[in-house]
Amino acid sequence: MGAGHGHVLYRESGSPVHRLPPEVKITAMVLFTVAVVATPREAYWAFGGYALLVAAVAALARVGPRWLLGRALIELPFVLFAFALPFLGAGERVDVAGLSLSVDGLHGAWNILAKGTLGVLASLLLAATTTTRDLILGLDRLRCPQILTQIATFMLRYLEVLVGEARRMRVARVSRGDDPRFLWQLRGFAAGVGALFLRAFERGERVYLAMVSRGYTGRMPAVWQGSGAATAGQWAVAATVPVIAASIAAAALVLQ
Amino acid sequence: MHISNGIIDGPVAAIFAAFALAALAFCVLRGRADLDDRLAPMAGLVAAFIFAVQMLNFPIFTAGVSGHLLGGALAALLVGPWVGALCVAVVLVVQALVFGDGGVAMLGLNITNMAILGTAAAYLLIALLLRVLPRTPAGLAVTAFVSSLVSVVVASQGFVFQYWLGGTTDLGGNLGGLAGTMAFAHLLIGIGEGLITATTVVTVAKVRPDLVYALRALKPAAPVPAVPVAGGVR
Repeated sequence: MGAGHGHVLYRESGSPVHRLPPEVKITAMVLFTVAVVATPREAYWAFGGYALLVAAVAALARVGPRWLLGRALIELPFVLFAFALPFLGAGERVDVAGLSLSVDGLHGAWNILAKGTLGVLASLLLAATTTTRDLILGLDRLRCPQILTQIATFMLRYLEVLVGEARRMRVARVSRGDDPRFLWQLRGFAAGVGALFLRAFERGERVYLAMVSRGYTGRMPAVWQGSGAATAGQWAVAATVPVIAASIAAAALVLQ
Repeated sequence: MHISNGIIDGPVAAIFAAFALAALAFCVLRGRADLDDRLAPMAGLVAAFIFAVQMLNFPIFTAGVSGHLLGGALAALLVGPWVGALCVAVVLVVQALVFGDGGVAMLGLNITNMAILGTAAAYLLIALLLRVLPRTPAGLAVTAFVSSLVSVVVASQGFVFQYWLGGTTDLGGNLGGLAGTMAFAHLLIGIGEGLITATTVVTVAKVRPDLVYALRALKPAAPVPAVPVAGGVR
């Protein structure tokens, strides 16, 4: 439950990417994604360039390709749409292996798969190299309103409270003779969801009051802010990624 | 429901990003007044709860999209429309930045659908139903159920509207089909979400009615007996 925990996706390491201040990494990641999305979908070579860029950063961050690609499967439910497009799309059709597919739909599917995957890889790299604490610190330094960082801080903290409370309630059920299997576990869970919420809230409220009584005013103390904001040099180093991506995007736009 | 990069084109995404930013700024201004010692931990817990339930994804194969619980109605009931919209938005931002759920460039679209449209539709219904229905747990349960159901369907139609404006692939006559499939699938999801929201809110309202924002804000203050609450005297 403590602060400063890494989350499930965090990979402990001392690589140059890990050492960059979080606000720099967040900005670079967002700009990179915008550049990818702005690229015309017919410029296939540009997406190869982006993939190389992602691979280079991953190598620098000592994140292995197996881990990265395995985690990228999380994207699947979100890009299912891409697989339906060749069938749903309108306009000119081609026959591929006996299926009549829409050309526009195929382009659309490629567009979603390529841009979606690159976006997911970029956020996984951010997640692998930044702890949740640093992430919120970065948002705070990027002048994100305090009410939002406050909600985010508590959200990440209470996730663990919620999971812990759910585990305790499950143990309590099982030790009283409940022996759910497979989907029937859901029944016990659903019946107790209100109680779970209430118990988690009351525990969370005690956590909050303990923080308030120790001087919490809506923002984490300055000691936490670590060695201070990013230097111009660090901004310049991290800017290489979005600058290269933007050049590729610009080239693709001009050449098309 | 999370729109991934490349599904909607850039200009439409930019317009909705501007809209979402303006709406969130307004919510920040209004929400600051609401966020007191009671609401701050509640907002965090509501966000954590929504974060957890949004992990459950149901693929909708006929339309090729996935649906999940949204939590807008729960947030609106427990922490009010302003902080509620912010909670859902925070969930979406963290999911996009760290987990890659929904593209970062599409964040404006996602926030508009789920945080703003979903919560606004839910709160309008809550405000109406709580005044009309009797002040009983059953009345509250019906309010929670109906507002969740409607908010989920409204949010799904937000996606259809955005796709109509700037979908990267022309679906021709299939857009109506997309709207129908999305509405039907989210009707089913909405029923599940309605049940969860109703159970949760009714339990909370029975034990700690002071924690339910909608009951505090929308009902004339009933004489509250001075009972010591869990968490001690504040």
